[in-house]
Amino acid sequence: MAEKTINLHYTIDGNNFTTAGQASSNIKKVLKQLGVYPEAIRKAAISMYEGEINTIIHGKGGEANVAISPETITIVFTDNGPGISDIDKAMQEGFSTATDEARELGFGAGMGLPNMKKYSDSMTIESQVGKGTTVTMIIKLN
Amino acid sequence: MSDTERKYYHSVRLDRDKCKGCINCIKGCPTEAIRVRDGKAKIIKERCIDCGECIRVCPYHAKSAVTERLDDIFNYRYKVAIPAPTLYGQFNNLKDINLILTGLKYLGFDDVYEVAKATEAITAYTKQLMEEGKLKRPVINSACPTVVRLISVRFPNLINHVLPLISPMETAAKVARQEAVRKTGFKPSEIGVFFISPCAAKATAVRNPLGSSVPLVDGVLSVKEVYLKLLPILGKIEKVEDLSTCAFAGVRWAASGGEASALDSEKYVAVDGIDNVVRLLEEIEDDEKIDVDFIEALACTGGCVGGPLTVDNTFVAKTKIKKLANELMKKGQKPVMIPIDNEELKWDNPVTYRNVLNLDDDISVAMQKMERMQEIYENLPQLDCGSCGAPSCKSLAEDIVRGFATETDCIYKLREKVRELARQMVALEEEMPGSFKTDDREYYER
Repeated sequence: MAEKTINLHYTIDGNNFTTAGQASSNIKKVLKQLGVYPEAIRKAAISMYEGEINTIIHGKGGEANVAISPETITIVFTDNGPGISDIDKAMQEGFSTATDEARELGFGAGMGLPNMKKYSDSMTIESQVGKGTTVTMIIKLN
Repeated sequence: MSDTERKYYHSVRLDRDKCKGCINCIKGCPTEAIRVRDGKAKIIKERCIDCGECIRVCPYHAKSAVTERLDDIFNYRYKVAIPAPTLYGQFNNLKDINLILTGLKYLGFDDVYEVAKATEAITAYTKQLMEEGKLKRPVINSACPTVVRLISVRFPNLINHVLPLISPMETAAKVARQEAVRKTGFKPSEIGVFFISPCAAKATAVRNPLGSSVPLVDGVLSVKEVYLKLLPILGKIEKVEDLSTCAFAGVRWAASGGEASALDSEKYVAVDGIDNVVRLLEEIEDDEKIDVDFIEALACTGGCVGGPLTVDNTFVAKTKIKKLANELMKKGQKPVMIPIDNEELKWDNPVTYRNVLNLDDDISVAMQKMERMQEIYENLPQLDCGSCGAPSCKSLAEDIVRGFATETDCIYKLREKVRELARQMVALEEEMPGSFKTDDREYYER
């Protein structure tokens, strides 16, 4: 018998920065209702939030799909943005393509992707320049 | 009272006769802890954090907080009032805090001990702990019991950010009792220590204390009641006693920003109003890059001066508190270090996370319920009208899977069912029993 999963879908508006964090808030509530332990909620919340910010800033909007099973939380962010040409470089802490202005505002610390990797148990990035990026994160629940 | 009763004890109560069963309170509750059943509001005790929002919004004044009454102080041989600095901000043109403190003695108290004074010890120890790097950044204040309870039911990952120290009220109560015992030679149990409170959440401290294993106050009186009793006697006081020794920093704790500004750090956030607190805590939980040392979160708008058991307009009271603090500063009144060890300020019964939201202890069952909940929600009108007695369609869906409600509690669903039934009745009305029908088929003999 197939494992039961809860599937959640979120549209991320690339033009609306104020919506960042909404999907994360919603996921937190769902995980608490499922009785998931706090550390896993924290990992999911941070991964989700960083993913939302990245999808808005770099991906020009996109979507997030979350599948929760009794064993894992799988979070998939998909955008149709410019893509990442050098994934290894993008993964380095502190590396950022943000403009100086964005940095002055406190963004572009180059911690988005590294944090997503740090807080998920596994993360894969598929990206095609000019087409878009898909980031898949898995958080284990046991 | 059993341990479980004590654990879920909260002080907000409903007056059934006054309640009309409207939906004002269920809509305003930050933890979705109220439902309307049998035409009356009901509180889900596990979820109530005693914020007092329902006391504020109820147009029929059917919600109140259980507090002790002034008469109750006379059950004790020696009575000490520990007033919150918020009390000082309720009076117009108050020049001297001593007038209020002397007034309290006229009401029957043998002594007064200012809660404002106790803040200095907490500020000093907080600074020390923060400098030693012993606290998880950002540190969240523990002075507001509603915020601490909110975190304990809604923010599992922020529990270890909460300053693990008792509040100024409890600190003052400890020292006041010790001093009274020393002065009188009475037993500690013969001393009655009464807090004069701006809020419902503090009233809970008598039966269900936070962070402390035993209640440290014997009773809580509302600012409202004490204010009304004080007003007629203030003009009759002949000799104002010199009782106040608190400094400006302690008085400022009555309003938002007071505790945080006393820490001499620039990296603090002072947030007030329960919705604002929730929003900020959500962000803190998600984004570890927020560069803040200390968060002063107070559930009431404006801080304690905005408490549901106060009398004066929040913003007017805030201005008066500021004025009183400024005058103390001008006078150069120095802070007094009260006699208490840092060890005694520490929580001896740490607050832990209580998951009151989970649908089932078994995650597989919880997932089935969640799936059903989503299906039910999709079929509800999603207008969040509240007529079903739950604050939103989402919470009705949740109540249904928990077995506390049915789909026809929704007035739109009920209407749909009634219409369907009516349609079927009309269709049936066209029908006739067989024995009344005309039937001239060849099949029958002529």
